[in-house]
Amino acid sequence: MSQSLVTMSYIVATILFILSLSGLSNQETARRGNYYGMLGMAIAIIATALNGSFNAYAILIIALLVGGAIGMKAAFKVEMTQMPELVAIMHSLVGMAAVLVGYANFMDPTASLAGVEKTIHEVEIYVGILIGAVTFSGSVIAFGKLSERISGKPLLLPGRHWFNLGLLMGAIFLGWLFLHQAETGEGIVPLLIMTAIALVFGVHMVMAIGGADMPVVISMLNSYSGWAAAATGFMLSNDLLIVTGALVGSSGAILSYIMCRAMNRNFISVIAGGFGTASGGEAAAIEGEVQPVDAAETAQILLAAKDIVIIPGYGMAVAQAQHTVNEITKLLKEKGKKVRFAIHPVAGRMPGHMNVLLAEAKVPYDIVFEMDEVNEDFPHVDVSIVIGANDIVNPSALNDPNSPIAGMPVLECWKGGTTIVLKRSMASGYAGVGNPLFVMDNTRMLFGDANATLQEVLKALKG
Amino acid sequence: MKIGIPKEIHEGEQRVATTPEAAAQIIKMGFSVSIESGAGVGANISDEAYKAVGVEVVADAKTLWKQADIVMKVRAPEQHPELAIDEVEMLSQGGRLISFIWPAQNEALMQKLAAKQATVLAMDSVPRISRAQKLDALSSMANIAGYRALIEAAQHFGRFFTGQITAAGKIPPAKVLVIGAGVAGLAAIGTAKGMGAIVRAFDTRPEVKEQIESMDAEFLMLDFKEEGSGTGGYAKTMSKEFIEAEMALFARQAMDVDIIVTTALIPGKPAPKLITEGMVKSMKPGSVIVDLAAEQGGNCELTEKDRVMVKHGVTIIGYTNLPSRLANQSSQLYATNLRHLLTELCPEKNGEINVNMDDEVIRGTTVIKEGNITWPPPPPKLSAAPAPQTEAPAYAAVLEQQKKSIIPAPVKQFLPLIIGGVALFGIGFVAPASFMSHFTVFVLACFIGYQVIWNVSPSLHTPLMSVTNAISGIIVIGALVQISAPGDLIRILAGLALLIASINIVGGFLVTRRMLEMFRK
Repeated sequence: MSQSLVTMSYIVATILFILSLSGLSNQETARRGNYYGMLGMAIAIIATALNGSFNAYAILIIALLVGGAIGMKAAFKVEMTQMPELVAIMHSLVGMAAVLVGYANFMDPTASLAGVEKTIHEVEIYVGILIGAVTFSGSVIAFGKLSERISGKPLLLPGRHWFNLGLLMGAIFLGWLFLHQAETGEGIVPLLIMTAIALVFGVHMVMAIGGADMPVVISMLNSYSGWAAAATGFMLSNDLLIVTGALVGSSGAILSYIMCRAMNRNFISVIAGGFGTASGGEAAAIEGEVQPVDAAETAQILLAAKDIVIIPGYGMAVAQAQHTVNEITKLLKEKGKKVRFAIHPVAGRMPGHMNVLLAEAKVPYDIVFEMDEVNEDFPHVDVSIVIGANDIVNPSALNDPNSPIAGMPVLECWKGGTTIVLKRSMASGYAGVGNPLFVMDNTRMLFGDANATLQEVLKALKG
Repeated sequence: MKIGIPKEIHEGEQRVATTPEAAAQIIKMGFSVSIESGAGVGANISDEAYKAVGVEVVADAKTLWKQADIVMKVRAPEQHPELAIDEVEMLSQGGRLISFIWPAQNEALMQKLAAKQATVLAMDSVPRISRAQKLDALSSMANIAGYRALIEAAQHFGRFFTGQITAAGKIPPAKVLVIGAGVAGLAAIGTAKGMGAIVRAFDTRPEVKEQIESMDAEFLMLDFKEEGSGTGGYAKTMSKEFIEAEMALFARQAMDVDIIVTTALIPGKPAPKLITEGMVKSMKPGSVIVDLAAEQGGNCELTEKDRVMVKHGVTIIGYTNLPSRLANQSSQLYATNLRHLLTELCPEKNGEINVNMDDEVIRGTTVIKEGNITWPPPPPKLSAAPAPQTEAPAYAAVLEQQKKSIIPAPVKQFLPLIIGGVALFGIGFVAPASFMSHFTVFVLACFIGYQVIWNVSPSLHTPLMSVTNAISGIIVIGALVQISAPGDLIRILAGLALLIASINIVGGFLVTRRMLEMFRK
């Protein structure tokens, strides 16, 4: 295969990738988009393998088969509630691959560059490995936090900002050292030390971030894995890698931005970590008495309502309650009620997490709405059911300027008729913020495991 | 302690102060409960039903009053028609009584109870704060009265409520005007709406406008500015000019509507006269007025307490016992209110009550404590309407804090642009041409990504992440390029990268496919 033909294949693959992402703009075209992506990937791999200098077919086939089998098993076995974990661990794989390719490229004796081009090439290797290593260790920690192998609480070392700054200075100094030594064909030592520093930095960065900020972290790591691929592209002078990496990188960056905006938080402050420790005025204490209800009373309230909005949160995912929710939704719709779902952008542990869970339970997506589409309607809603969510329905975000989540847009369910809150206990949410919604006059608390209590509600509705 | 529940003796009163369900829970709190035989008959509850949950049934009232440590009733004590003795006389010296009292209207009764050294909790004096809602018997009874008012109106109204177009002609919907949108008014609005009528409502308190509109009724605006909210969420007396404007509005409405439900009450005062004889005359024949304020003299000039009159072709209903006409339901709600009050009084569930005057709810409800009249209580701290002034200064303070940044605002705004510009210039200054062509591709790709990703539907953000994940497995190309280079270590590293990246590609695409298959309309 000639070089021009390979390049042409790469252009086709690039276009297919862009189509794949643009296909996600709505549910109808999304499936086709995914196939475009697969096709693009296949074209890219085949074109590269048929290139004249390629000779390692045995390794290629074995690696593809083994890797493909592992990937396939993971894809079919994963529970939809575990999607964030899967995504996090896959990010770490991209990071690791970038590190490995970087090292391989550094050791490649066939490269014949000189002067400024050689220096730039070495900077590219250095940066590629740096980003790859941060992505790898950060994603592993994120995976640990999401799968609750590591505590979700932010780990706040004293002087952590200075620590980060020290790591950064170290990385820059080692980079300078590396460039000097690389002139003579050495430099593997600074490169290895830098990799260790980058790994520590990735671990430290994600450890310092609280569970509520996980959607930002996941999308940020998504972005990093793209930049790692792009840096590898620069290193190998491969435009396909550059374009694809840039697409993924900007996708993750935009998602991070959307998530930060949904929490009214500054990207820097999320990355700097330590949510809830910001000083400021004392947030107003929450006083009042909660009004508990049982499943039978909840069913009565639902039967009396016409317009119902369901607000799912991470608690629904934990309790695996999405199927029961769908059963209740179907039953209520049969009884002629208007039932809608309202999804807050940061509900759950990754962007779009709730939508996937509801889709898994076969909730039709045309009754699932975004926050901005529903918020205005709440005054006309008879009953809102909040399932395992806390901070995203906290009125103090709007009316208490001293609240740690002040200014975050929230679902204003308290403006409706009655709000029923399903909760395991009266503990505060991930952000550690009290919620005045729970003691409002028109709020009823239904305590217990979300799935168990919803099963009872379902029974009561049928009976 | 022993709780006694006598049969209600007020004429037409069908309610009873406890039901078997409530009694069972009261017994669980450690009390013993006895009831006068036949007390529940009016509410369709037999003596046997009480016995079944462990309530003692006592044959005569005198024994019951004598034995009981606490007496729970619905109506305030009065002269017993059969025994010819006042119920207050039957209350033991230093006894405890929980019932409706209306201390403002019944001063003589208060004096008699005080003379008995009694402790009296009035269910009409429960403070209107959110914590006390579950024992607010006025609200629970008003809710029933509002519903029943519409049912009574429907009985005397000779037409449909809902509009219909039939083969035999068009039937216009009934028009209902509700004056006073408290609990009773809102219940009446809801019932009338449910029956299909056109509903208008008026209230002097502006904060209820939203509540009225939330029930799909029309709020009648008065072209006049005066705040009608008193303390504790009740209405207050309005100025003369306001009342004149209000009366003009009612006069216009009276000519148009078919049914008027009036619920206007100001605590401790006779009901305001809102519907004059002239307005009644101007109403269409066959119209109905239900006056829920009949007990306090009525909102309509022609209302006669406890009677249904037809005057000038308009039926005027002045029943004061509307909750009693749904005796079973009202007894249930009232019994639950009482049970909640007992829970407040007996937090330790040991069957002893503690009238804790430091508790705002109990303080407000208690009108006589051991012979000392403690009514009226200090005013409750909160009004139902939020105070709007408090929030603004707090926000201002926050804004000021934010302004105190080290870097002035215009510099801060342009800082990223400046840094970006300097960085690009630096790269352009040192980079060779081959790098620049790749850099061009990179920057353009970032912009394409930016354009494409903003169009992604938020509900597909998770599939987006997994598909970008699969696509970033393109790093496999890097491994493929490297794998042909000489050297075993390079081959091993590249082969490992190849393996890892293929997990990503296959796993990412397949899990995305699995997710997208689930999205169904």
